[in-house]
Formats: sequence, C-alpha cells, structure tokens
Amino acid sequence: MTKTFIRYLPLLLLAVVWEMAARLGWVSSTALPPLTDVVRAWVDMLFDGELLRNSASSLYRIIGGLGLSIVIGTVLGISMAWWKPVNVLLAPIVEIFYPVPKSALIPVTVIWLGYGDGSKILLIFLGCMVPVTIGAFNGARASEQVMVWSARSMGASKLRVLWDVVMPGAMPELLNGIRTALALSFILLVSSELIVAQKGFGYLIGSLGAGGSYDAMYAVVLTVAFLGFAADRIYLAITRRTLAWRAMS
Amino acid sequence: MQEPAQIVVDHISHLYRPPRGREVLALDAVSLEVRQSEFIALLGPSGCGKSTLLYLIGGFLPVEKGEIRVDGKAVAGPGPDRGIVFQHFALFPWKTVRGNVLYGLERQGMPKPEREKRAMDFIELVGLHGFEDSYPSQLSGGMKQRAAIARTLAFDPKILLMDEPFGALDAQTRGLMQMELLRIWQSRPKTVIFVTHDVQEAVYLADRVAVMSARPGRIKTIVDTKFDKNDPDIFKNKFFVEKVDEIWNLVKDEAIKAQGTRSA
Repeated sequence: MTKTFIRYLPLLLLAVVWEMAARLGWVSSTALPPLTDVVRAWVDMLFDGELLRNSASSLYRIIGGLGLSIVIGTVLGISMAWWKPVNVLLAPIVEIFYPVPKSALIPVTVIWLGYGDGSKILLIFLGCMVPVTIGAFNGARASEQVMVWSARSMGASKLRVLWDVVMPGAMPELLNGIRTALALSFILLVSSELIVAQKGFGYLIGSLGAGGSYDAMYAVVLTVAFLGFAADRIYLAITRRTLAWRAMS
Repeated sequence: MQEPAQIVVDHISHLYRPPRGREVLALDAVSLEVRQSEFIALLGPSGCGKSTLLYLIGGFLPVEKGEIRVDGKAVAGPGPDRGIVFQHFALFPWKTVRGNVLYGLERQGMPKPEREKRAMDFIELVGLHGFEDSYPSQLSGGMKQRAAIARTLAFDPKILLMDEPFGALDAQTRGLMQMELLRIWQSRPKTVIFVTHDVQEAVYLADRVAVMSARPGRIKTIVDTKFDKNDPDIFKNKFFVEKVDEIWNLVKDEAIKAQGTRSA
C-alpha cells in the first residue's frame, strides 16, 4: 500500500504543480484550467450522462475493432508460420501495409463505411491486426522442431500439434503483439473520432475544445488517459497469469 | 534359429540440404538390424549422421532412398510405437511434469482415472515423486530428462529412440542417469536405439555398439558388448576395459577424419 503510494507520488506532485500553475497565473487559465475545475467539470459530465454515453460508444468501437483484430490476426499469423503458401501470399501484403500510418486511412474508412461505428471499428481492426499478426507469426515460427516431433510421436495429428504445441508456444510473442495493439487501438479511436464522428471521446474532446469548455475538454483527455492506463495494467495482469509457467524458476 | 529383426534399416541413403551451401551425403547405404528388446548404441563422431538415422527410424524425416521397416511395415511417419527422448528434453514448458506425462496418454485415448494413475506410476519410476506439479522451468537438467523419459515410457512405445539423451547433463548427473536407465530397461525390456558419442556410455549401456564412420555416414563395425552390467566394479571389469579400448581405437580414426574434413 505504502509502496504503491510512493510509486505514484510524482503524479500527486504533478497535480499540485498543475493546480498552482493555473491558480497563481503562471500560465493562462485557458491553456491550462486549474485541476480542481477539471475535476468539477468531470463530475458534471458524469451526472448529466454525457460522459457515459460517449464512453459507451468509444468502448464499443475499441472492443469491436480490437476483438476482430485479435481473432483474425492470430489466425493469419499462425497460418503464415505453418503453411508456406499462405506465407508466400500474405507476407508481401503485411510488409507493405506495416509502415502505412494507419491514421491516413481515416478518410478511406469513412468513404467505405460512413460516419458511424463501422468506420472506426474497421480502422482499429486494420491497424491492430498488424502487431497481432506479426506477434503470432514470430511466436509460431519459433516453435521448436523437437517439441513438434515429440507430440507427433505421441500420436498427435498435425492439426492437433498446431493447437497443442504451436499455439501455446506462440503465446508469449502473441500476447506482446496484442499489448501493442491495445495501445494502438486507443490512438486510432481518438484520432478517428476527432476527425469525423458524432459520438465518442475524440468527438467530445474536439467539440468541447472548439466550444471553449477547456476544463471539460481536459476532463475527457484525462479520462481517456486513465482508461488506457487501466486497460494496460489489467492486460499485464492477465498476461502474467497466462504465462505463469515461464516466470517460475 | 535367429528370430527375425524388429527394426530393419535397408540401404538407407540420405542427403542433408542446408539452407545455404552445398548438400552433403549424410548417410550412405546404411543397413542395420535390431532385434526385439535389444539395446543398441549408435556411436560416432559429430556430423556422422547418427541422429539423422535415428530421426529417419522415428519417421520425422522422409526416407528418400532405401527402406526402413518396423515389425515388417515400412516407416512412413511418426507413430506411438516409436517413442523418442531428445538431448534437450523437448518438454512442453507450459505443462507441469504431470501434464507432460499425461499428454501421450490423452492422445492414446486412455480413460481419465487410468491415465492419472499411470502418469503417477511413471513419475515415481523415474524418481520425480513430489515434483509432479512443477513446471519444467523449475527443474534441473537431470530432472527434466527424467520427466522426458517418464513421458515417453508412459505411453508404452515398443521402441525407445534416444538422441544423446544425457549429452546436456553434467558428468555426475550423467553417470546417475545411465544407471537409472539401465535399471528401468532391465525391469521392463524394450528395444532401445541410443545415439551417443561417448564410448564408455555406449559400452556400459548397450548390448551391441554400431560404430559409424565420419561423413558420409556408414556403419563401420558392430561390436558385441553384452555382459553383466550389474557388476558394481564394472568400470574396472577386464571385459569392459577391453571393449572401451577396442571401440575407442575404431572411433579415434573417424574422429580425426571428421576434424580434418571440417578444417579443410
């Protein structure tokens, strides 16, 4: 408990400096409204339902896009590692797509699927699929020949080996890729909502900023930051449990 | 009358194709017969193709030239009649010792209560009682190899293929493991093909030692090494010392040749 407190003490100090900087006029209060005002704005938005309404649609987009990318990316990556023809077919596509800044696709996804949830889910899916596919591919490719042979000699079919040996062997790399995808999903969500959306965190930040409600805008930015942080922490805890066999020694 | 051999290796040749560089003739028309319940060692310098021959018998590599028959049937792939133990254990790191030993039994479709009991019996047999819930990362090298041996013995293959199984262990552990293996083999005889480059180990464990030549791999001679292995003073036993000496002289030339081709 005290350890956690000491660990996050710098954040508390930052909060105090923030408050003082705004209150004592070190910076203009439009550029940085006092933290206490931000908190008040946050509570107001929570009670009038605006925050929850927009959170719900943002979370729906993240879960949809990320979920799709995890399922399809894992299947693609493992197939590429296991079947040569799949690799020959897909490797160049992944390589070309890898360095494309995914935010450049925002207008494209809007043309395809409109201003609603569909375009955001598609963008997050496309962007997050890359690290998931690469993680699954690298993990599955590293599966040890002797382990595969052992399973085969114990009567496992080739498909069985894929599930029993290649999948768990790929897990550490795959989970790493998904962690990258998780962080990326927040980036893509907010940037796409900032540009074209009628709901969501990005929309809220954009419209509050344009309307001059800077304290409320900051409240939404902090909410997104906190959600991203919490998601990563929860994800790490799940990873640690899944990979308990590796950490033990 | 001699009983027919259980494993027949019939004029096997094999090309090794490295990802880069020239292909190498790893095995050149190798023939070998192994009888049921016989313990045979494949001995030779590194790079002589002894592991390749073992993998071909296991069905892990495709037979390109010649034929391998097990119980009269041509080998076409891996199967649970041939269990294998590797130098680096090849345990599933995400499964406990028990989970590893259970894996083969699950694949054989053994009912749950039966396989649970059988797994524990074999964990006990190799002296890992109390470690059944440990993960491989928590075990020493010797214990990992015990677990791997238990995993392979548990699903009861007729033939046990061992690929330098004690090669990664320290000298003391290796000695202990050799004694253990001999004890287990004497209590439940199986056909064993044991790949090693350690002359003493081969003579101590095997009924016959097949000495292989350096590249291309051929079987140079087969030396009979069957005698009482339970002699507590075995390493001073005249027969043992003579056999080690005889085989060492055969291997020495090949080892020197192997060094020569490598530096050339």
